[in-house]
Amino acid sequence: MNPRLHHKCLLTIICEGEIERPLLAALQRIGVRGHTITEARGQGEHGDRDALWPSSANIRIEVLCDSNVADAALSALESEYFANYGLIAFVSDVGVLRTQKF
Amino acid sequence: MPFEPVILFFLLGLFAGIIRSDLKIPAVLYDSLSIFLLLAIGIKGGIELARHSLAALAGPALAILAAAALIPLIAFVVLYRLGRLARADAASLAAHYGSVSVVTFAVAASFLSRNEIAYDGYMVVFLVLLEFPALLLGVVLARGGGSQTRWGPMLREVLGGKSIVLLIGGLLIGWLAGADGIKPLDRLFLDLFKGVLAFFLLEMGLVVASRLGDLRKAGAFLIGFGMAMPLAAATIGLLVGQFLDFSVGSSVLLATLFASASYIAAPAAMRIAIPEANPALSIGAALGVTFPFNLLLGIPLYHDMAERLNGVFQ
Repeated sequence: MNPRLHHKCLLTIICEGEIERPLLAALQRIGVRGHTITEARGQGEHGDRDALWPSSANIRIEVLCDSNVADAALSALESEYFANYGLIAFVSDVGVLRTQKF
Repeated sequence: MPFEPVILFFLLGLFAGIIRSDLKIPAVLYDSLSIFLLLAIGIKGGIELARHSLAALAGPALAILAAAALIPLIAFVVLYRLGRLARADAASLAAHYGSVSVVTFAVAASFLSRNEIAYDGYMVVFLVLLEFPALLLGVVLARGGGSQTRWGPMLREVLGGKSIVLLIGGLLIGWLAGADGIKPLDRLFLDLFKGVLAFFLLEMGLVVASRLGDLRKAGAFLIGFGMAMPLAAATIGLLVGQFLDFSVGSSVLLATLFASASYIAAPAAMRIAIPEANPALSIGAALGVTFPFNLLLGIPLYHDMAERLNGVFQ
């Protein structure tokens, strides 16, 4: 890795748009300090998520954080959201400048 | 023509969706159109409300709220006992049917205007009042099954949801400004209303076509329920209208409110409050069956029933 970069985790969550507010509140409680949300469309186990109207729209939430926070977030998703909601989450390793921001 | 011309736009959207046309209306337009419709309906109601005493509406409002509470209860018992649906699914569906559809109400008002049938403009107040109690009742019904209730997020979702904020906001704006105060905005909010409604119905046609797959998951029982429930609820609405001595037009609007199922406020609120309920069932029934049923057959039928029932209690 470039020596100027610091290691962080990129947590990506793609989920139903309707659960944005409770999900963000849960992430904040875990210690997530910031996030980026983009509108998303796609297809999967929950059928065609075509974003024609709010009930069929997805969002993609991206969070840069330490690995312990990413781990806690995954555990919270697993216990509270996986069973009942259309949601996938994955973590990748990334390099960032200004590590204190995340 | 037996039904409202704006419904042709709905049928066009439905047709485009079924033949898998590449016609797509961007989600931001859906949002913009729904914001316009909710505000405009609120403002129109507010202008009419300014001409009446609020105290005189309190009695009818209480009677209507009490009668409307029957709808989710009946729906729940039918779905849970007869339909053998899971408790969460039955409760979520009950909440959808207990709440109301703003667009179905707008189409009914448009039907009455075209047929020159007078109705009271303040009926919008009842639209606002009927929107959310059923959602809370749905959560109570679901909790009987031991599901966790997230009251905080649920109340925020319902009371802070755009439909309540815009309807009540529009009502207040219309009420405070009055007919003269709103005059400079007439062209936007009143004259353009029907065109925007037509556009929104085109979009709804596309959405309904995309939900037709859910109907297969819903099954024959729910499809039958999606047509029988509005008929039963409309009958209750018509009887309440007669009891309150409403005109034929106002009775038709009340029957339409009782018969309609929510697909803006309810799906969002139920998704958060009753996570284990399958949204494909409630949206498939409310949007795939009941919404087109009310638009195409229900509204003219409720009018016919209102004419026959008129004066029955006198």
